[in-house]
Amino acid sequence: MMMMRVYVSRDAGAVAVGADDVALALEQVASKRGIAIETIRTGSRGLYWLEPMVEIATPKGRVAFGPVGTSDIASLVDAFASEGAHPLRLGISEDIPWLKRQTRLTFARCGVIDPRSLNDFRAHGGYKGLERALMLTSDEILADVTASGLRGRGGAGFPTGIKWKTVAQAGADRKFIVCNADEGDSGTFADRMIMEGDPFVMIEGMTIAGIAIGAAKGYIYIRSEYPHAVAAVNAAIAAARAGGTLGTCIAGSRHSFDLEVRVGAGAYVCGEETSLLESLEGRRGLVRAKPPLPAHRGLFGKPTVINNALSFAAIPFILANGAKAYADFGMARSRGTMPIQLAGNVKYGGLFETAFGVTLGELVDDIGGGTLTGRPVRAVQVGGPLGAYFPRALFDTPFDYEAFAAHDGLIGHGGVVVFDDSVDMAKQARFAMEFCAIESCGKCTPCRIGSTRGIETIDKIRRGERVSESLALIEDLCNTMKFGSLCALGGFTPYPVLSALKHFREDFGPVPGSFEATE
Amino acid sequence: MTWVHEPWDTARGAEIIAEHSQVEGATLVILHALQEAFGYVPQAAIPMVAWALNLSHAEVYGVFTFYHDFRKKRAGRHVLKLCRAEACQAAGGDRLAARAEAKLGIALGDTTADDRVTFEPIYCLGLCATAPSAILDGRVVGRLDEARIDAIVAELQR
Repeated sequence: MMMMRVYVSRDAGAVAVGADDVALALEQVASKRGIAIETIRTGSRGLYWLEPMVEIATPKGRVAFGPVGTSDIASLVDAFASEGAHPLRLGISEDIPWLKRQTRLTFARCGVIDPRSLNDFRAHGGYKGLERALMLTSDEILADVTASGLRGRGGAGFPTGIKWKTVAQAGADRKFIVCNADEGDSGTFADRMIMEGDPFVMIEGMTIAGIAIGAAKGYIYIRSEYPHAVAAVNAAIAAARAGGTLGTCIAGSRHSFDLEVRVGAGAYVCGEETSLLESLEGRRGLVRAKPPLPAHRGLFGKPTVINNALSFAAIPFILANGAKAYADFGMARSRGTMPIQLAGNVKYGGLFETAFGVTLGELVDDIGGGTLTGRPVRAVQVGGPLGAYFPRALFDTPFDYEAFAAHDGLIGHGGVVVFDDSVDMAKQARFAMEFCAIESCGKCTPCRIGSTRGIETIDKIRRGERVSESLALIEDLCNTMKFGSLCALGGFTPYPVLSALKHFREDFGPVPGSFEATE
Repeated sequence: MTWVHEPWDTARGAEIIAEHSQVEGATLVILHALQEAFGYVPQAAIPMVAWALNLSHAEVYGVFTFYHDFRKKRAGRHVLKLCRAEACQAAGGDRLAARAEAKLGIALGDTTADDRVTFEPIYCLGLCATAPSAILDGRVVGRLDEARIDAIVAELQR
């Protein structure tokens, strides 16, 4: 009997465009043709314009087809049986140029393995980092993480090694590891992808953190908008417990570490670390004033390492391959790789992991292929709802924390949202203020009230009321929010607003150029 | 798929609260569990949660009202959440939202008079590379266009 092994993603992004139907149709057609079929539901490779993608195992490796609809299945199975050609054939998966150009360190296994199988994870190099960590002292682990140059992938870019060291040195009866998987930024989906496609790598990273700083308990805070990720991480935790890599005496060592998933409840501000901690403790997600830092007084008042999901997911590579292997990638003070997410109105949308230093223009025009609508790219928003809008004139900016900061922007969590020339930038600026008003936790005045005054003032400009005074007022208001807010929500909302004003002034009010007059 | 929820029952509520009250920082965990069972967080449950966790009514009520997810009353039989965040805006989400509003005859945030459909905005499902996207009764849908929105609305009105 002919045997066929196929791989179809179970990632929410693939399921949303029909991956479940495709997997079902494959099994039905194969059984009708008398072919024994084994279907492995993987995560996504991140080439979303090709989803649903079907990969078929061959002696030369996995051969990919995509985007596959249910009506393509019969011809696809026939092509497999006769070893013939097929119009959707993309060749050997790893050789697809879009994938081949990437440097996949964190996402090496994503889309390859069965995310529910601990054995599959191990067979692809999983838990090598933990094995090495168990042979090292706490100081040695911390030294490796510091030397790797890894900076917080959530957006703030704080050196991970320094954060961990602070918690390691804090004396307390209990310490905690908290994973911030409250990925609320529009245009970002890397946390979701890793949780659905390779949850064990994040769990491994958190376990290493626990060993390094002396914590026995960790929490993963996942937003409620990600039900597939919640299910995948819970399944992985259960598998890791059963496999002895979570729980008491992990992997036969003297260390104990266990994890618990907590689900958010639709508050964007809970992606802010102190607000997330409040939420984990069962309270309103109000931002805490710093100091004290979470590293000193975090969850339940105890020293806490709180990192983004991608930061934890980067750790196993560093421990397994050494700090230098990671730090060899990147530019200036941005070391390693960044999983960049291309989204919105983009032809080739998906996850592109690459060393820091790639320019925005390469990302948007070359890798992203421009807009899906085929119209010219007018603006890209980098770093989520709190990130700046960049015009084409700044497309030579390299992807680097400092280079983006120098242009009054941020790389944030690595999301790039592409807009074509039909975008109304005054409307986008208004949305930034509106979103801030909806999501503000209300603790500090600049954010709570400033955002609403911001909406009103942008509305005045759009109606043509006292345009130059209103523009000056917006700028002043943005400065107040930027310097007076407690956290990044109020503090960074000015980035999209001011960048829209600066680079797309013609969209604001009926008197072009009036903004200059007020400066 | 339609959500099936139990009618509010004090004893059942107390059982759910007791089941989770021992975890650290239990408030959200309990509110989620109550909403999953009953489809909303009944007003009567608030003092019960407060009692179980040794908190004031105000504290629990404050948590309940802070988070967008928790409902004061049950939603319609079907819940359609359309992403209204930037990536979906860039991909034509504004137009689709207006179209769905017109077809359903309600604004975003409302429930149809026959209690059949609740139509809500959601800010990012992480499906930004297959935008615009939505989630219908827990089922994710991407690459929405006029035809797919019309098909969803037709399915809901059937």
